[in-house]
Parts: sequence; C-alpha cells; structure tokens
Amino acid sequence: MKPAKGRYAENLATAGEAFSELAADRPELIVFPEAAFTGYFLEGAVYDLARTADAFANDLAAAWSAACGDARVDLVSGFFENAGGTFYNSAIYVRIEGSRPHVVHVHRKLFLPTYGVFDEERFLSRGRDVGVFDSIAGPAAIVVCEDAWHAVVPTLAAIKGARILIVPSASPGRGIDNGGSGELTSVTRWRNTLADTAAEHGIFVLYAGLAGFEGGKGMTGNSCVIDPWGTVLVQAPALGACIVRADLDLREVVLARANLPLLGDLRAVLPDLLLDDAWPVSRNRYDGDVSAN
Amino acid sequence: MPEPPGIDTALAAELLTEFLRDELQRRRGIDRAVLGLSGGVDSAVTAFLCARALGPHNVHAFRLPYATSSASSLDDAQLVVDATGIHCRTIEITAAVDGYLQFEPDASARRRGNVMARTRMVVLFDQSAKLDALPVGTGNKTERLLGYFTWHADDTPPVNPIGDLLKTQVWALARYLGVPEPLIEKAPSADLEAGQTDEGDLGISYARADAILDFLLLGYDDVQLAARGFELRDVRLVRRLVDATHWKRHLPTTAMLTGTAINEFYLRPVDF
Repeated sequence: MKPAKGRYAENLATAGEAFSELAADRPELIVFPEAAFTGYFLEGAVYDLARTADAFANDLAAAWSAACGDARVDLVSGFFENAGGTFYNSAIYVRIEGSRPHVVHVHRKLFLPTYGVFDEERFLSRGRDVGVFDSIAGPAAIVVCEDAWHAVVPTLAAIKGARILIVPSASPGRGIDNGGSGELTSVTRWRNTLADTAAEHGIFVLYAGLAGFEGGKGMTGNSCVIDPWGTVLVQAPALGACIVRADLDLREVVLARANLPLLGDLRAVLPDLLLDDAWPVSRNRYDGDVSAN
Repeated sequence: MPEPPGIDTALAAELLTEFLRDELQRRRGIDRAVLGLSGGVDSAVTAFLCARALGPHNVHAFRLPYATSSASSLDDAQLVVDATGIHCRTIEITAAVDGYLQFEPDASARRRGNVMARTRMVVLFDQSAKLDALPVGTGNKTERLLGYFTWHADDTPPVNPIGDLLKTQVWALARYLGVPEPLIEKAPSADLEAGQTDEGDLGISYARADAILDFLLLGYDDVQLAARGFELRDVRLVRRLVDATHWKRHLPTTAMLTGTAINEFYLRPVDF
C-alpha cells in the first residue's frame, strides 16, 4: 500500500481497487501495513485522521463489500485509533461477512519509536499487552513495527499460543552501504529479524510494509511471508505498492516445532528465569558508570 | 585512517529516481524540473537523476555564468547536456548582479559570491514559475554539514535528491550514472574566484572530511576518532565547521509567543 498522505477516503478507494483485483480469486486473509490509509508521518494531523476501531472496521467493510459483495474475508490493517480521546498506533483484525464487520482484535503498538526520524510518543499513547486471538487460520497475534524488533514480544505471543504473527509496518529505509547486497541495510535487518523470529518459535510471519516516499523518507515496502522454518516464501520488491500471496499450511508449525522444540523448552524454563533475583531490569538498579568518563 | 563510507550506487540511483517521481509527480502533480548546471559533479548527478526520473524532455537546466565564471565550467555543463539530452539555456547573471553591486564597490569576495548565488536562485525560481516546473536542489551532505553554501540560495529548492549523500558518495554515484569523466576528475570549486577550490577553502580534503563525518554524526568524540587514526587537527576542524553552522540547516528562528506557534505547537509534516 502506497497511501496518499492524509487522504483517507482516496486510500480506501485504492484499497477497493485492490479488492476488485482479488475478487476472482479471493484470499481468506488480507493484511495491510501500518498507517495504511493515512500515511505514517502525520505529526499533529494524527488527531484529525484517527478513527475509532468500529468506524475503521465499517469503512473497511464498505470498501470490501463494494468490490466483493457479501463474500467473507478477514482483514488486518494498521490505523491511528481514537479511543475516547486517547490515541494509539493500532492494528485491527476485522472479519467481514455478509457486508457486516466484526472486530475480532485490536492491537495497540507497544513500542513507539521516538528517536532520530521517529516521533511517535510525542503524539500517541502506548499499548499495554500483546493478545492472541482466533484468526481464520488459527491462533494469531498482531505486533506493529518496532514491537517485532524486541524479541520478547513475539516470544510472549508464541508462548501465549500464537501460530501466526502478523506484522503491519512502516519502515523508512536507510543504509546505502550494505556490502553490495543490493538492498538497504534496514531491509536486511528486518528480514533477518523476522526470519529468526519465525524459526525460533516455529510460527508463520506475515509482514506488510508501507510503501512510497513521505517527505523524503522512503518507506521500504518489502512485504513478505515467512514460514515456521524461517524460509521466506514470498517477498515484494522495495518501494512500490504490491500484492503478494502465499498459501499457509498450518501443519508446518507442528513439524517445525517438533524438529526444533525451542518454544517448548522456553515454556519450561521461562518461569525460573523470571523469578531469578539477578534479573536486573526488574529493579532498575544502578550497575555502575559504563560511560567512557 | 578509515575510508569514507561506501555506497551501493545502483540502489541509490533507484531510490533517488523513485524519490524524484514521488515528490514531483505524485505529491505535487508536476512533471518538469529546473536546475542550475554549474559544470560541477553535484548538479551533473542531479541532472542525470532528473533525466532518469522524469525523462530528459522534462528537465530544464540553466547555465548561469557571471563575468568571472570560468569558460571550462560552461563547457563541462555542456557535456552533461549532451550526455543526457536535457534542455539547457544560458542566462548571464552579470548585469543583474552588477546592477546591485555597483552600489557596493567594496563588497568582499564572500559577499559578491553570496549575491551571485542568490541571484541564481532568483532566476531558477522565476523559470520554474514560467515553465510550471519545480526547482531541484543540488547540495550534497558534506557541504551542508560544513556550512559550505549560501543560506537561502543553494539550499532553497523544495526537493533535493543528493542532500543525504557525502561528496565522496556523489562521486561514486556520478561514475555509476555515466557523468562525463572531466566533471568527476576536476577539483570541486564554487567558481566564484580564479583558482578557488572547495578543499582549499575548507582546509581539508573531501575524503578525510567524509570519513570523519561518518563517525562524528554517530556521536564519536575526538579521542575515539584520533584512536581510529584520524589527525586531531582534522577532527577539530570538521567538528568546528559542523557546530558553527547548525543554524544554516534550519528555517529562520521565529519568536514563540502563543500556544499555537507554527512548527512548535502546530505540527504538520511537509507533505500533508
């Protein structure tokens, strides 16, 4: 998705065109990126463009139904959420059946990047948890962008039972000195992180990346699907809007976990680790000055 | 001493081509670009990128010589025009510049250079209005960081494809794009005075400055940089130039008096 900045209705129409393209061979689940219908860098305009989850679900359902009638589909998309005057960078999982939307799950982004080019926490509030819900393909969890860079978040999702990790994202590309790989350093970092996550926990990862330039910052696109072995099944090219498709065989999750039972091992050991008094973060203690001075 | 950072030239060319299309055509609905063609490598790379992004027929370059500009600069600019097929027009700025400077006969070389640079922007913006085109900037990251440019002149165009590329990266990109070799090989110069070179003015080579900047921007201090093999004199020179010119990389400072001050409280992205 390569949204026109701030033009919500126009971007819904663009999605409707994509739905029409898919009508002949409808997928069961469609994932859009973070901030897919507004653009990502909004600053104060986020308050103008934020929607309630119900209102956003209704808009998605209207766009879907205009293209595909009463057909059933599950949609995931990032959006800026207005929850009674508290604003979140959220992602919705909505089931549309008979033109009516049912909000299955809303994930509010936990880690709001506020450094360098990012300024999310100036405008938005943090989510508090990562939940697992029943998707069309089994237990799933949604994490948004930086959430996926903290290994503990996908780990918690997997421990809670997720077999599919859905990652809407908006990643401004950077790093043009990447050893001749032909791709940005940030793209390589993302793929490695997602593949490692998939392989460590034996889960499918569905990554949807925002595309297009926003004020000079090029969103990298590169949507991809990774199987529970850590293999990239399909990956979109950089920058442009693109639809990528994959068939998921959920039995792969069982096979991957049977062959590399890291998740089972973790379930057994994690309680001991969390109870360990040496875990320094729990007490936020002073560990001495580690600076050069 | 560490080398300056590298660049994946094919990837950078693809990204910057897409950047120009997005910024001009998609965001603004403008198909044409105007740019000043100095005969240097920065404007040459920008011209090549614009030609790739918009088609050469949509790129209008302007050679804007002053009386003291070197003839070789005009010739080198012509090499770019011949290689890309872009439009080119030459407009002498001597009369416009001298029209003002006749009242300031004692103006220093720096003041005269600034008047020339700002006059060139007057021409480019006027031509952009005439041609329904967007001015495209040609300043590189090194000169932006060292403050080696005229404020509200070279930095004025609303889009700049090479402003996050260090000079040494611009040279590498120039080779990839096929910029004529004489422009890459010659010593960079603002061409405001006879014999002037950038590196002579700055007191350091671009290769050294870029290598230092690459670490300095990440927060390394002088001791850490010296330990990596850099001359302390060079490190301090680069840091001093960067620190002394932060203001040139910002919009003018406005006194804040309300809770709705623009860009302080009222915050909207440039592309909203």
